[in-house]
Formats: sequence, C-alpha cells, structure tokens
Amino acid sequence: MTVATAFLAVTLALLLVVLVYVHRLAAGPTVFDRILGVNAFGTTSTVVLLLLGVLYDRLDMFVDVALAYALLTFISSLAAARYFERTGHQR
Amino acid sequence: MTEVAVTALLAAGLFFHAVAALGVVRMPDFYTRLHAVSKAETLGVSLTLLAVAVWSGAGLVALKVLVVVAFLFAANPTATHALGRAALRTGLRPWSRREPGRE
Repeated sequence: MTVATAFLAVTLALLLVVLVYVHRLAAGPTVFDRILGVNAFGTTSTVVLLLLGVLYDRLDMFVDVALAYALLTFISSLAAARYFERTGHQR
Repeated sequence: MTEVAVTALLAAGLFFHAVAALGVVRMPDFYTRLHAVSKAETLGVSLTLLAVAVWSGAGLVALKVLVVVAFLFAANPTATHALGRAALRTGLRPWSRREPGRE
C-alpha cells in the first residue's frame, strides 16, 4: 500500500465524516447544533481540500484556498454564535 | 522513513476524526457534542495536516500548511467556546441523567 493510496483512503473516509456533520446540520434540535454542524463541516472540508491538493499534486495552489476557507469558517461560526447569543434560540 | 511517518500520522488523524464524528452522532445533548468537536476534531485536523506537511517536504508549502494547522488549533476551540457560551447565556440547559424525558 503506497502513501498515495493512504491519502486517497483518508480523503474518502473524511468525506463520510463530513456526511455525519451534514446530518447534524439537518437534524440538530437546537440552532446551536446546526452552527456546530457548519463549523465542523468547514473544518473537515479544509482538511479534505489539502488532501485533494496532495492527490492532484497541486498543493501550492490548494493551500492558499484552504487558508482562506478556514478563516471564513471561523469568522462565520463566530458571527452566528454572537448573533444567536443576542436573539436567543428557537427550535 | 517519511512514508512510515506520514501513514502513521494519517491513521492517527483519521482515528480522532472518527471519534469526533461518533461523538457528534451519539452524544445526548448540545454541550457534549460541542466537547467532541472542540477536542477530538482539533487533534484529528492537526495530525492529518501534519501528515500533509511532512509529505510535502521542507519548503514554503509546508510552512503554509503549518500556518493552517496553527490557525485551526487556535480557531476551532475559540469558535466552539463562543458557541457554548452563547447557548448557556440563552438558557439552553445541560443534559442531566436525573431528569428523564429530556434530550
């Protein structure tokens, strides 16, 4: 088993993990569960992006995209948390 | 040698990702799910991206990957902490075994 196969296997497994977070995003009983799903989705997607960069052999391009995506995920989940801290949660 | 290190880091990272996903599915309420995401997922992300950095070799790309690791290592617990504080301040009560019938 070469390392490229290992990278491919981990990428596919992480796509299944992302599906789990999408389930939490759709089914979470409170709004905070949904924000948590978005946050975990974005963080895991950053990893998937970098692993795809390794698989496509274009890591120099993908790493910049991954950094911007990680920043976007952090800012958006922080903003959503502050917003729902003021307005309260509904089911 | 590099191959062994990269494979070991990938396997460890995948283990922690699986633990985080299991916690998000199986934990009984929001705060316990937050616990799974904030710790297990941060460690899984760090290990997986360290594997990518080791595989790309010394250079600017590896440095950028390490920057992503450092950022996520600080940002993910910060975001989950803000979420937990927001939930607590809006009155979402933590799960307790003594009161049955509540999620």
